[in-house]
Amino acid sequence: MMTRITRLGRHGCDLVEALGRAGMFLGQSLVGRPSLEGFKLWLRQMHFIGVLSLAIILVSGLFIGMVLALQGFTILVDFGAEDALGQMVSLSLLRELAPVVAALLFAGRAGSALTAEIGLMKATEQLSSMEMIGVDPLKRVVAPRLWAGFVSLPLLTVGFSVIGIWGGHLVGVEWLGVYEGSYWGNMQSSVDFVDDIGNGMLKSLVFALVVTWIAVFQGYDLVPTSEGISRATTRTVVYSSLAVLGLDFVLTALMFGELG
Amino acid sequence: MNDSPLVVVEGLRFSRGDRDIFRGVDLTIPRGKITAIMGPSGSGKTTLLKLIGGQLAPDAGRVTIDGHDVHALSRKKLFALRRRMGMLFQSGALFSDLSVFENVAFPLRVHTDLPDAMIRDVVLMKLEAVGLRGARELMPAELSGGMARRVALARALALDPELILYDEPFVGQDPISMGVLVQLIRRVNDALGLTAVVVSHDIKETLSIADYVYVIADGKVMAHGTPESLNVDQDPRVSQFMHGEPDGPVPFHYPADDFYLDMLNAGNAGEMR
Repeated sequence: MMTRITRLGRHGCDLVEALGRAGMFLGQSLVGRPSLEGFKLWLRQMHFIGVLSLAIILVSGLFIGMVLALQGFTILVDFGAEDALGQMVSLSLLRELAPVVAALLFAGRAGSALTAEIGLMKATEQLSSMEMIGVDPLKRVVAPRLWAGFVSLPLLTVGFSVIGIWGGHLVGVEWLGVYEGSYWGNMQSSVDFVDDIGNGMLKSLVFALVVTWIAVFQGYDLVPTSEGISRATTRTVVYSSLAVLGLDFVLTALMFGELG
Repeated sequence: MNDSPLVVVEGLRFSRGDRDIFRGVDLTIPRGKITAIMGPSGSGKTTLLKLIGGQLAPDAGRVTIDGHDVHALSRKKLFALRRRMGMLFQSGALFSDLSVFENVAFPLRVHTDLPDAMIRDVVLMKLEAVGLRGARELMPAELSGGMARRVALARALALDPELILYDEPFVGQDPISMGVLVQLIRRVNDALGLTAVVVSHDIKETLSIADYVYVIADGKVMAHGTPESLNVDQDPRVSQFMHGEPDGPVPFHYPADDFYLDMLNAGNAGEMR
């Protein structure tokens, strides 16, 4: 019994300590003067993290939009309300599906790669040797990746929504025969820029911060062995998925709880 | 020239988990000399270099470099101090996304405003010194372990540091490059007047270039002196190490229970997961 309590206490201490380390890590990485060199490093990471994630995000967005239209149509048509298809597709995507699904895909595609890359740099002493050359790896390696993650996920979310709405149009209008004017018209009249698009983007920004932070920290803090890298990569995907889904509920309750 | 030692280590204590690595180590590294730190595997030689470079923090004791207490410096000042040091890592630790040329150019690019043409000259000079000027377009993954270490040496020397820390520079070198490296370490030291710390257990090579030697074992400095004086040291532990004898007071085995009893215990599979 005593040992269990001790173990619980130790887990608690470890958790608080890890949170503290992660916080210090984030602060030390992000505080600093912007420089041209930093901008170039950031651009390079934007390519690896953002541009190379485009394919998976856009393809998934297209299919999710198409499925939404198909499912939505079969329900709405029972009530003779298939004219509201555009509204349904766009609100589901903007408020909910685009930020969440894009973040989950981003965690799997870019987050795991970030963890593995930084972890391997640590395991092969590249981070140590950079320190001994007098260059802070937090500034040189970590910061550009954090900023690239923060910027690219919201942009990818925009792409996800746009192509999803187009996919809904493809299925709803082109295939199932919903009147094109009501698809776009209902969407225009029901989507609010601040409440729907703004809140969706805010969600996406929060997810970007959390997912990138988890991914980069897991890579930097891991035990530098093959087993450690594999565990940290798994943890990145698991923790960021759980964090995204949990935060999504909290944010949805705060943002849309009273809209009713 | 300043006569005070460049690096002073006082009462250094360090432990990993339950294992004490250092139990009070005192060393002084004089300026402009090659100081060797020797000891059996697992005696914490690499750890000592990391403590000197400020990558690890000691449990007690101090490391001062040119009067600065390494572990009391702010992060910024520590990084500024490190620009005056070079370190050669055992694995080489080259940046795997940069070519050999760019690896050696890295310290120059980040710490100086030299024009590209001059950086090119410096890099080629350093690569020529380690015999790898022809390999400048290769990526680190295409190099053998020994070549990677020589490129890392060129990179460590790129900024002409005041203090250079060599971690096992001779491991994995063929006889020819071994001879060249030994000469090179001695030569840069004489020509540039830099201070070098060589951590190694290659006794012959290390003794041929070292000015002063510390032998570390059991978390303490076991002996120190010039190579000549250590060679004739009467302490059985020192002479065992210096002459590479398998049996003697320094055990070859990691601490373990009696071998015979251990074998009889095979039925007791509790520890075998």
